[in-house]
This record gives sequence, structure tokens and C-alpha cells, in this order.
Amino acid sequence: MKKVIMGNHAVSYGVRASDVRVISAYPITPQTQVVELLSEMCANGELDAKFIAVESEHSALTACVGASAAGSRTFTATSSQGLLLMHEIIHWAVGARLPIVMSNVNRAVGPPWSIWTDQNDSLSQRDTGWLQIYCESNQEVQDTIIQAFKIAETVMLPVMIVLDAFFLSHTFEIVDILEPESVRPFLPPYRPAKKIDVADPHSFGNLASPSEYFELRYMIEKAMEDSREVIKRTDKEFEERFGRGYGVVKPYRCEDADYILVTSGTVASTTRAVVDAMREEGIKIGSLKVRVFRPFPFDEVIATLSKAKRVGVIDRNISFGHHGIFYQEVKSALYGRTDVPVTGFITGLGGRDVTPPVIRTIAEKLIKGTNLEPDINWIGVKI
Amino acid sequence: MNAPKIPLPELMTSGHLACQGCGATQAMRFALKALGPRTALVLPACCWSVIDGPFPHSSLKVPILHTAFEAAASTASGLKAGLEMRGDTETVVMAWAGDGGTFDIGIQALSGAAERNEDIIYCCYDNEAYMNTGIQRSSSTPIGAWTTTTPGVHWKKRPKKKMIDIMAAHSIPYIATASVAYPNDLIEKFRKAREIKGTRFLHVFAPCPTGWKLAPELSVSMARQAVTSKVFPLVEVTDNGRTWKVWKDFEPTPVKDYIMAQGRFRHLSEEEQRFVAEGIEQNWQYLLSREAGSSFVPGLQH
Repeated sequence: MKKVIMGNHAVSYGVRASDVRVISAYPITPQTQVVELLSEMCANGELDAKFIAVESEHSALTACVGASAAGSRTFTATSSQGLLLMHEIIHWAVGARLPIVMSNVNRAVGPPWSIWTDQNDSLSQRDTGWLQIYCESNQEVQDTIIQAFKIAETVMLPVMIVLDAFFLSHTFEIVDILEPESVRPFLPPYRPAKKIDVADPHSFGNLASPSEYFELRYMIEKAMEDSREVIKRTDKEFEERFGRGYGVVKPYRCEDADYILVTSGTVASTTRAVVDAMREEGIKIGSLKVRVFRPFPFDEVIATLSKAKRVGVIDRNISFGHHGIFYQEVKSALYGRTDVPVTGFITGLGGRDVTPPVIRTIAEKLIKGTNLEPDINWIGVKI
Repeated sequence: MNAPKIPLPELMTSGHLACQGCGATQAMRFALKALGPRTALVLPACCWSVIDGPFPHSSLKVPILHTAFEAAASTASGLKAGLEMRGDTETVVMAWAGDGGTFDIGIQALSGAAERNEDIIYCCYDNEAYMNTGIQRSSSTPIGAWTTTTPGVHWKKRPKKKMIDIMAAHSIPYIATASVAYPNDLIEKFRKAREIKGTRFLHVFAPCPTGWKLAPELSVSMARQAVTSKVFPLVEVTDNGRTWKVWKDFEPTPVKDYIMAQGRFRHLSEEEQRFVAEGIEQNWQYLLSREAGSSFVPGLQH
């Protein structure tokens, strides 16, 4: 059934289609509608799940840890400060190898207070062991939530689905809403090998000495590596069933491109429009959307970018004292494999609009190649 | 109160890692005897994260989910929901936390769970300081006590937090204090708790010979003296926080005997000892007034 819905509700419908059994959440702008609709679905029986209205995001994720350890499929949603409050448990969920799925609406971190989008909240969690997938449309959001449960339960790692505040969370688009009945053959019920069970008692998470901890961390990285194939397989199976696939990256007009802009989130769509306009003018430019950020898609990024003359990375985030985070990641992926020059552009922090003219400015600077800072070029900063 | 009726089956085995005379260990042994094998535990950071034993061993025959320090009540809420949603409505979920994890860092999640009236047992085993990290003061540390963060003349000047009052203010169906020196009473209270739906809060006095500077063999007698000197009264609060019952059927003993037997209080002057004893008597009178004022809104259903 097709409906015009907001990005936040696309998350809720994805959760509904996935037969989630325990939802635990706390309100925070701009994700609140995700859990409002889920709460309503639980109340009216549309979704057979327990909704735990906890007193903080920290408790939201720990309740998911408990429910997931009991063997139930679990979901939570958050944003910005809420995600940061969860940080301890973000790590915990990985160490406990629990396939929790969480949506995070990218919102800038305070102070000063800001409710608008940038990526520093989710990217500050990059080293925790969660898979991270950045979406650019409401359809992609719903479909990726469903895919995320299958991926998470295959590799036993949690997955974070990321969407931009307002540009996606509050923007209405047509979404083909999937029903649980049609999703069940794709996503069977969650049946973990081990769970909290009085008939088979185990102690989960107790003290591990240096002779065991190291191996447990190795196994997390191994699962992360295994997830590369699982993500692709899941996306392919999803496409075969539902006619939509997304890839781990999305190259656009890159085959013969001299210049490629690397993007993520909703900036990817805007960038494609700029690419089209500049192609009309005969400029050989393309764009590459990084959809899956963890595990980082090295092969796809290298394969797409190594033929270009110059690459620009647009970051709606900053690692203070270093560079834009996607820029760091792309540069480190290419290092030693190709000598294509890469330049970083930072723009749109705190929800500042990243319009076609802004992207065009970046593209023109990249093409011109003069007066470029090697690593950070601030676009639109008024100081 | 002292007739021997402790169930024989053991759900706790030898090989645990507790110190000699550990009250927390006695508390767990008795609690599990009362609750039986259909119990799942949630353990936040506390002495019991270690006592249970290192991976891959466990000294308990029930499943355990270890969790972060402040997360006992929220993890237990999720665990209960997760079990129910996969069809297991029988298993008793018990969060088992120390006083630091209850009075301090875990109080937010506990308050949240109690306000929602989650169907869990929350047990605080109270050894009156952060003992696992090496004896630092918590808000459960009694007035007058030495800890490594209340040293010398900076012995703790503030009274122990009134946790039972805080829990009673949440209108939960069952609250009780218990002591490892009175195992029959403790077992009876856990059994009672097992049969009640909603959030049940049990506060168990658990001496720590290591942290209290006490000979391990005095652990149980010190716990008994805590009750008889009115330092740790045995209380039951039912009727959603309104009916208070204080156990008085004992021969009172002097507070001074209790505190001066423990190294952690030995720095107190005669005058300071009297000051501590006065506070304890005032608290006792306060509890009696709560008991007398019980059910002050007859017929109120919430």
C-alpha cells in the first residue's frame, strides 16, 4: 500500500513490518514521531509488542539489552543527546552480541541547543561496533529497517539506521508500505542460539580475563567483516522480493567522471541534481553516496574513485583537531591503493541548508583545484 | 522468627569469589532458596559481578544477565518484557544490586521501573559503601562511618538515604527490609514477594567484614545487632506504600556496642557516638510514626 508519510513514520512502518516484540523508547526531537506511532500501533493491536516508556535513553537501550537477551526482537529510536546518553550501552550491546536495531535521527549536539541536522552524533559512535547505514529517502528508511533486523540477527551485531533531521525525518514522501505478512518469509522470527532461559542457565557478560577478552573482540571484528557479504546478500534478496535494492554505496554517473563528490544522507540526492546540471554543461562529474558506513565499503569506494582525476568529500560533521569524518575514511581507504587527490569540504553543520548552489560551489572549487586547502575547506562559514 | 525452616536445595554453589564472612553471599544463597530455580538474575556492577565467578564459570544455577552499573532496573524491565513476549510468563526476574547501584547511580532507572510498576523483584544488598572498588562512601553509608573517601576528620557527616521512604513514595505493592541474621524472615519475605505482581523492593542488610574492619566470623552477629540496636529495623511496607509494619519483638541492644565493634566507627568520640545513637533513635521513632499513620487515606485504590 502506498502512502504519503514522513520519514519518522517510515521508521515506524519498518518496525511494524519486522514483527518487533519489545520497543523501549524515550522522546527526543526530532525522532519523537517514530515512537509515538509505534506506541499507538502497540495500543491498537496493529503490532504485537510491549512498549516500555522508560525514563531516559540510557534505560531505553538497556531495556532493549534485557529484552534481546531474553530472545525477543527489539527496537529503539533516538537522536543526538539521547544517543550520547546511551553511549555506554551502545558499547554494551555490541559486547553482548545483541541484534538490536535503532534508528537515529541525525541532530546537532549542544551547546548551543540545536534541533537541526548534522552527523556528529552518530559518527561519534563509529568505533563502538554498531553497523551504521545512512539513508536518503523515506522508502529507503522503511526498507532498511527491515533489512537491518535480518543483517543484525545473522551476524549478531546491532545496527543503527541513520536519517537526517527534518530533511528526512519530517519530510513527507510516497512510501510503499510493506505488511508484516509479506515480510515474514524474508525475515523469519528471531531464534537466538543462546538466551536467558531458566531451563538452560548461563551467565552472560561476566568477568573475562586477558586470556579471553582479546578473542571476544576479535570475534566482533570478524562478525563485522562477515557482515559485508550479509548486507549485500540481504539487499539482493530484498530486491528480488520487493523490487528495491540500495547497495552499500550508490555511484552516480561515475563511469567516466573526472571529478567525483562523495556524499551521504539527503545531501546525496541534492548532489545528484547538481551532477545532472553540470553534466548538461559538459563537465564530467559524478557522485558517490556512502550508504553503509560501518563496515566501511573499502572495495566499492576504491573501485569507484580510483579512476577519477580529483575527489571531493562533503562532510556534514567535523572531528575537531582532525578533519571531516567521511573525508578521513575515504582518504584512509584510498591510501596506498591509488594516488587520486582527495579534498575535504565541511558544510551544513547544525542544519545549515546544503542547497544546489552550495554543492555547485564545492564542485567548482574542486574542478578549479586552486586555492584549495588540502584537508578542510569550510563552505559557507561566515567568519 | 528463628524456627529452622530453610529450604535444603542449593542454587548457589561453592567456588564463588566472595571474601570471608560476606553478607552479600549469604543474602543471595537465602534469596534463591526462597525464589527457586525459575529465577533469572540481572546483575549490575557490584561485588556480585565478581562473586559469581569469572568466565566461563558461575557459582549460581540460575541464568544471569550482567549489565552496566546504573542499569539494573531498566535491564530487568526489558528482560521481563522479552521473556513474556516469547511466552515465558513464569520466570521471576530479579535485579540484584549493591547500595551504590541502588541508592546512587541506579536510582533513576529504579525510580522509572517502580513508577511503571514493572513486574520485577529489585533487591538491594546493602553493605553500606562501594566495597567492590575498595570502600568508598555511598549515599547508603551511615553517619559516622569511615570510608576511603570519608577519611579521618571527614568521617561521613550525613545520614543514610531513606531508601524505603523513596520506594514507598512510588506506590509499589511490596517493600521490605531483611537481614542475613534472620534467614527465616528473609526467606519468608522473598517468598511473599514472589507471589505478588508488580515492582517488589527488598532491602537486605549485608555486612562487609572487609569494608567495616570487622572479623569475618562476626558478620552474622553484627547483622543481628544492627537490628536489635535499631540501626537497621526490619520493616514491611504494603498496600502500595501506605501500610508500614515495624518488627519490634526483640531485646534492644545499645547502639554503642554495634558501632564500636567495627573499625569503621572506632574514631568516634563519646560525644559523637551519642550523636549517632540519637539519630538512630529518631529514625526509629520516625518509623513508628509511619506505622501509626499507616492507611491514612482509607479506600484509596492507587
